[in-house]
Amino acid sequence: MVMDEGPLEGSVTKRFLYVNRRAPYGTIYALESLEVVLIGAAFEQEVTLAFLDDGVFQLTKGQDTGAIGVKNFSPAYRALGDYDVTNFYVEAESLGERGLTLDDLQQITYEDEDDDWKEKPSIRVVSRRELAAIMAEQDVILSF
Amino acid sequence: MPTLHMVNKSPFEDNALQSCLGHVLKGDAVLLIEDGVYGALAGSAVAGMLGQQNGAVSLYALGPDLAARGLSEKPLLGGVDVIDYGGFVDLVTTLDRSQSWL
Repeated sequence: MVMDEGPLEGSVTKRFLYVNRRAPYGTIYALESLEVVLIGAAFEQEVTLAFLDDGVFQLTKGQDTGAIGVKNFSPAYRALGDYDVTNFYVEAESLGERGLTLDDLQQITYEDEDDDWKEKPSIRVVSRRELAAIMAEQDVILSF
Repeated sequence: MPTLHMVNKSPFEDNALQSCLGHVLKGDAVLLIEDGVYGALAGSAVAGMLGQQNGAVSLYALGPDLAARGLSEKPLLGGVDVIDYGGFVDLVTTLDRSQSWL
C-alpha cells in the first residue's frame, strides 16, 4: 500500500481520544494503548491522549525496566510528535493525588510546522473539569 | 452532546465508578454493567457517590447482570433505572458517544 501525504482518498477523519488510566508495567493496558495510538496516527486521525488516575505514571521520567525483563516503552511517547500526536492532556488532580508534579514527567515535545518548526511541549496539565470537557468534544473514545 | 459512560467494575475493588463520576457532565448517562451493577445497591458504602448526581445525569443498571448476581429483588439506589439489552442498545444509539471506564 502506498501512503501519500494527506488523508487517504475517501477517508473520514475523526477525533479519537485515548484514555489512559493504568500504570505502565503491572498490566498490558498502557503498552496496548500506545500500539493503538500509533494505528490511529497511521490512519491520519485526530489523535488526543488523556492521562488520568494511575495513567499519569506512564509518563514519569527515568523509567528503567532492565531488571524486570520487560521493554521500557516510555521513550516511545517522545516519538509520537513525529506522527502528529501532539496533544497529551494530564489531569492535575491525578498528579496531585499521587504526589507528582509536571517535573516528575518526561519532557515530550513536537516541532510545530505552522510556527517555523519551533519545539513546543506536547504535555498540558489540565483540571478534571477541563478534561471532562475535552472528552465531550470527541467522536470516539478508546479506554485503556 | 451527551456521553454514555459505562462502568463494568465493582466500586468496592476499583475506582472506575469514582473516576467516571468525576468526569460526567450534565445530561450524560451512566450505565452500570457486569460487576459495575454492585454500585447500584441501596445502602452500600458507595451509595453516596451515585446519590450525589442529583438528577444531573441519568443512571442505569443492566437487568441481566443484576439477575445473574442474585440482585433482582434487592433495593437499588433511587434514580437508577433497570434496563435490558434492548435499552442498552437504545442508549448507545441515542447518545453521541460512548466511554468505557475499564
